[in-house]
Amino acid sequence: MKKLSKSSRSSFVNYAIVIIFYIIFQTLVSAGKLSSSLSGQLIPICTYVIMALALNLVVGISGELSLGHAGFMSVGAFSGVVVATALQDVITLSPLRLILAIITGAVIAAIAGTIIGVPVLRLQGDYLAIVTLAFGEIIKNVMNCLYIGADSHGLHFSMKDGNSLNMETGGTVIINGPMGALGIKKISTFLSAIILVLIVLFIIQNLVNSRAGRAIKAIRDNRIAAESCGLNIMKYKMMAFVLSAAMAGAAGALYALNYSTVVPKKFDFNTSILILVFVVLGGIGNLRGSIIAAAILTVLPELLRQFQDYRMLVYAIVLILVMIITNNSKAKEVFGKTLAKIFKRPAKGQA
Amino acid sequence: MSENDNRPVLEVSHLGIDFGGLTAVDDFNISIAKTEIAGLIGPNGAGKTTIFNLLTKVYQPGRGKIILDGKDTAKMNTVQVNRAGIARTFQNIRLFDKLTVEDNVKIGLHNHNEYGMWSGIFRLPKYWNEEKKSHEKALDLLSIFDMADLANVTAGSLPYGAQRRLEIVRALATEPKVLLLDEPAAGMNPSETAELMENIRKIRDRFQIAVLLIEHDMSLVMGICEGIAVLNFGRIIAKGTPAQIQNNPQVIEAYLGKKKGVKP
Repeated sequence: MKKLSKSSRSSFVNYAIVIIFYIIFQTLVSAGKLSSSLSGQLIPICTYVIMALALNLVVGISGELSLGHAGFMSVGAFSGVVVATALQDVITLSPLRLILAIITGAVIAAIAGTIIGVPVLRLQGDYLAIVTLAFGEIIKNVMNCLYIGADSHGLHFSMKDGNSLNMETGGTVIINGPMGALGIKKISTFLSAIILVLIVLFIIQNLVNSRAGRAIKAIRDNRIAAESCGLNIMKYKMMAFVLSAAMAGAAGALYALNYSTVVPKKFDFNTSILILVFVVLGGIGNLRGSIIAAAILTVLPELLRQFQDYRMLVYAIVLILVMIITNNSKAKEVFGKTLAKIFKRPAKGQA
Repeated sequence: MSENDNRPVLEVSHLGIDFGGLTAVDDFNISIAKTEIAGLIGPNGAGKTTIFNLLTKVYQPGRGKIILDGKDTAKMNTVQVNRAGIARTFQNIRLFDKLTVEDNVKIGLHNHNEYGMWSGIFRLPKYWNEEKKSHEKALDLLSIFDMADLANVTAGSLPYGAQRRLEIVRALATEPKVLLLDEPAAGMNPSETAELMENIRKIRDRFQIAVLLIEHDMSLVMGICEGIAVLNFGRIIAKGTPAQIQNNPQVIEAYLGKKKGVKP
């Protein structure tokens, strides 16, 4: 057996974390030890972990700030819902329907990512951030006035209202403009969510340690030098952006099929920022950090529910503390030493 | 040497560029033979690095022609010029700081190491073969400068001299026909400079490429360059062998100023 390199060892630790997380919570759920509010959070946690990983591919590995990732999530969510609902009678096997919905969500989001990426990735820095923010809002507003229905003739689209879908009687409206998608059959399961997390993790980690990933990182580190080494800048920026959009779309489909109702308003600027917060707190470019930050910060508001009015205040304080601890080398040292004292083992943290 | 070896690999004629009203480079002509080591010298601000930026199309030339190995580069951009055979290093070092030394060299090998995104993601046999090949090649190139043992160090944490050497290795990895070195000896002590001089010669002999270098260290320029062009205010003021340049009154004037009746 070949000796494992440092990067592949770290990849396996990440897979292990996700699988252990699954085993622990699956046991808790089947033992009935988990409160219903917390067990309802399991799929959203996985969704946000995927979103954080996908955004980390753009922000951390490709080095471009995107503030519109909720838009791709939205595209994936609604196209996934349309597929899952339209095929309800054709394919009775719900896992297969879920897989088709997730793939469709990823593909449509990748197309949206390509269309947006071509103009946007010509910009750099703040300009790119502002334009992706705008595109995120545009997607939200388009979804807000999109009507899709299905009857025996197939799918009907409209941008006006539900009546102009011109459906025969008995047709169902799948997406109803600002009301979003109603009456979705919940087909997402915790296991499928975990598998999707593992797939996304597999794609990102293997990409990063291959020729293409090396090129993406090189362009982030020094664009001019990358050009002078003959790297096609646009190609690799697009690769990272479109892959990330596709993952966000897959996450969106998974997320939407966990609820009975999804509204376009859910995927707004706040959601984009929330995902960026996961990435920044977990450490930019640090995949393991993204996983942990997304998981903890998704359940935190739920756990803090007992504090009622002070909930968001405590949430904000926790965010600030994490930021100080992870970004200040002195604070990190003190924190590392305290942890070491508590667990009685040598401090691992370095300045 | 066959006659073929003396055909110029790089022919530049009447090259020029203006920035606003300022003429940075004007009427620059140079011809470099296939395995020649040529020098480009001149006082600060003479336009030497601008010429490198023109040759590699970081700036699009306003005038003139660049013929690389018989091909006109007029319609190429930086990436295409590199693929056509010009590689360079930078005066202010530009490495991929967060990547390892080996990965920096592998970026240079990028276009000679063909497998797609999906082979990389799914670790297909092509991935393992190509990665193995580029790993061996990277270590081989690094060994020119005795840097093979630094392969897993992050490039940004290397000492200054090693960073300069790594830039040369990375440029070499793209398999150029012409290697442009922008002040390769900057910040090196005399013994390091002598070693660098030896290595540049070694590189030329082993890879059979032409080298054009910008340098302020006259011991290096006079030591290895077969032909030298002197630039001042964007124009060539003298061209010739090291011996001719050393005694050229115009060159002395450009570097030291006008004599006022004092014999040098």
